[in-house]
Amino acid sequence: MKKFSLLKGASARSAALVAVLSTALVACGPGDTQQGEFVDINRDPFPSSYTPLPSETTLIINATVLDGKGGRIDGGAVLIEGGKIKQVAATIAAPDGARVIDAAGRWVTPGIIDVHSHLGVYPSPGTRSHSDGNEVGEPVTAGVWAEHSLWPQDPGFGRAAAGGVTALQVLPGSANLVGGRSVTLKNVPGRVAQDMKFPDAPYGLKMACGENPKRVYGGGDNNVLARPSTRMGNVHGYRQAWADAQDYQRRWDKYVRDYEAGKDVLPPKRELRLDTLAGVLRGDIKVHMHCYRADDMGTMLDVMKEFKYQIASFQHAVESYKIADKLAEDGVCSAMWADWYGFKMEAYDGIRENIPFVHKAGACAIVHSDSASGIQRLNQEAAKALADGRKVGVDISKADAWQWLSYNAAKSLGIEDVTGSLEAGKNADVVLWSADPFSVYAKADITFVDGAIVHDRADAAKQRVADFELGHPGEGDVK
Amino acid sequence: MKMIKSLRAGAAAIALASTALTSGVLAEDVAVTGGTAFTNGGKGKVENATVLMSDGKIVSVTSGGAVPSGYRSVDASGKWVTAGFMVAGSALGLGEVGNSGDNNDARANKAKDTLGLDVAYSLNPKNAIIGNTRIEGVTRAVTQFGSTKDNWHGTGAVIQLGGDTAAEMIVHNKGFLHLDVDEGAARSNGGSRSAMWAEVIKKLDGAKPKPESDDDGDNGEGEKKSDKKKAGKKKSEGDKMLAALFDGSASLQVNAHRVSDIHQVIALKAKYGFKVMLTGAREAWMVADELAKAEIPVLIDPLSNLPSRFDMLASTSASAGRLHAAGVMVAFLPPDTLNARLVVQNAGNAVAMGMPWEAAVDALTVNAAEIFGVSDSYGKLTAGMDADVVVWDGDPLEVMTSPDAIFIQGEEIPLVSRQTKLRDRYKDIPRAPAFKK
Repeated sequence: MKKFSLLKGASARSAALVAVLSTALVACGPGDTQQGEFVDINRDPFPSSYTPLPSETTLIINATVLDGKGGRIDGGAVLIEGGKIKQVAATIAAPDGARVIDAAGRWVTPGIIDVHSHLGVYPSPGTRSHSDGNEVGEPVTAGVWAEHSLWPQDPGFGRAAAGGVTALQVLPGSANLVGGRSVTLKNVPGRVAQDMKFPDAPYGLKMACGENPKRVYGGGDNNVLARPSTRMGNVHGYRQAWADAQDYQRRWDKYVRDYEAGKDVLPPKRELRLDTLAGVLRGDIKVHMHCYRADDMGTMLDVMKEFKYQIASFQHAVESYKIADKLAEDGVCSAMWADWYGFKMEAYDGIRENIPFVHKAGACAIVHSDSASGIQRLNQEAAKALADGRKVGVDISKADAWQWLSYNAAKSLGIEDVTGSLEAGKNADVVLWSADPFSVYAKADITFVDGAIVHDRADAAKQRVADFELGHPGEGDVK
Repeated sequence: MKMIKSLRAGAAAIALASTALTSGVLAEDVAVTGGTAFTNGGKGKVENATVLMSDGKIVSVTSGGAVPSGYRSVDASGKWVTAGFMVAGSALGLGEVGNSGDNNDARANKAKDTLGLDVAYSLNPKNAIIGNTRIEGVTRAVTQFGSTKDNWHGTGAVIQLGGDTAAEMIVHNKGFLHLDVDEGAARSNGGSRSAMWAEVIKKLDGAKPKPESDDDGDNGEGEKKSDKKKAGKKKSEGDKMLAALFDGSASLQVNAHRVSDIHQVIALKAKYGFKVMLTGAREAWMVADELAKAEIPVLIDPLSNLPSRFDMLASTSASAGRLHAAGVMVAFLPPDTLNARLVVQNAGNAVAMGMPWEAAVDALTVNAAEIFGVSDSYGKLTAGMDADVVVWDGDPLEVMTSPDAIFIQGEEIPLVSRQTKLRDRYKDIPRAPAFKK
């Protein structure tokens, strides 16, 4: 992962810093001010320790191939070599020693990427001691990182692999206006969270609109004087947070300017909360904002413009269909359920055609789960949305619909250059389905991450059993 | 002029819509023709079926049968025809918006008599969730309370989702009494399973009918006195429900998951002899043979496959198929009330995990009817049964299929809901919402 810098333009800056330091050394004669060491911030203190699992050269032939960017080949072939997609074509000759899988009647797609999961931070079993997803107490907790709550032994990861999920974003909950940093994971077994971290994936920041923060702080068991207690209080909270982040960034910029001018200056005190928010303003960290109502999203689009940052996605976004044109214009993705609705007032206007309507407007549509159960069947969620759209004349192909599960998801997470579609040179994050994955009866036969098998329905040795499940009833059972 | 005209047209449309939705009109005579019908749950397949309904009832289902005069024909060529499906547990009609919306009548946390609670007082036929649910092919539901201050959650009803009044909707009320004995129930009812079960046994022992002689009022002066005292104390609704268990007119629905807890439920049935059904039942598949032998039917959500709690460690989505294979009668719970309609998709997943298709459709129809005591009027498409008929554009358990026509007790349900109205309003995004429609 690249070491992000607080200074403008990471690569330009390290060159500049070298220049500054050498100038300082040379110019440090008698009478000159003695400069202290330049204080830089390590942007990657918890680096990914992911290493790909062993993989073999694999050629899948005679499959219906959806490439995840709208392309489809009937009776096509996909070659996986060295953990990468080597080739996708109608026919491919088998390299020497390759494992050849005849996938007649079966389908091949890019791995599913779930952009909204709480696996590991709200793991199974859901005991009170496992509740690690919401740092309740103050409404802006931008300084907390989901990866520090992540329990790699959540049995949910293995279940998700059986559902064809190859990567996922784990987010803090939505109790706070700013909930903290998310982490993007590869769905592989890990002993520590870092083993699962998707190398070079940018960080995300979870924010939340509407009912949840105002309920947590403005009512319930909390002091009624606690803010926010209204939607307008929420918006005050976001704006003040961004204003604080601007101020923090200016102080650091000044420190760099002064240092570069040869002054002996102390850096500003680090504030972890503001480190993250400033990272958003610099464009290093992507905002994923839990937001249901069209008007809440509309407000946030203006806050975004006021403070000059980009919202990568609205999460849940059950009313995106009301403002899909605006979302397309502002380049904001919507991560949605196929048909969940109505469990609170801001979810009351959910409709089954939300996803196809957003797609139709030319906006970026993503199918997400927010559920340890739903993440196992995201292909079925896409299928329902597709069918509901077609029923009212929104004609979308299955190949196009798969973008909701892979490419668009990858784009919102900033990992689309390496995954999310079946293209030569990309990571071999691939699912071989037993049948058309838009059928309820289809199962993921094999799930590959970087060409390595992370789930095989036909091989009990390639089905994950979490540490927690050992020695308990149901250990190693079909799930 | 133009505006007045469109206003008038609007008024007419509103009048039409309200007629269609409120109905009250007599069910017409309808023939659904040309489809593949399943007359007995997932079995009883009839190709090129003519399904005749009159007066709200099925008249006949015959292959290639003629359509009598006076019948309106609905073409189902190339389509699948089943009985409307039934969810075996929900709180449909008992509340609109779960979290900080209207009052949730399924949450009777301050009720004094937790055994006698009756959904009839709460049931709202105009509830929008009912409208959203029935157009997906679910025409029947068990509706019941979700929580009370203790582990007795009152009674429930089987409802049909087409009525205009609570009375019209209720097909069978108070056919069961709910008792929760899972891990959560133990925690809040005595703090320990031992404390909880002691109270349950005490209550049931107290309700057990006394032998004839004790009840006989003509045995002598002294006993008459005590009888008078008894008669003076009016039976509570809860007492009546307990009595209904022992006289066979109601069954006990018990929520339990862990095998050891299910063993207690099996023992409970053996001890008292009344009808028992098991719900929740994550680990029931492990004792499927014992449940089959004890004739205890099981209500499950077929998707649950995570060790969500320590009493659910052996959860698997192969559960439904395994229970069925062992001879246990299975019906399906939806994930929750708002998603009651997803029970159909979930049944499809049970099939993907090994349950025969026929058995999964049985679970959605005839099994649920049998377990909840309404099999004399609902579940099959045979002469004299209520005409709950759904015409599907393909295999109903598939995720990309949906109903093309729905009849509940012979009355056609328009494929319109609050959700479809929102959909139609925003299909082509207006700058601002329209005034009408």
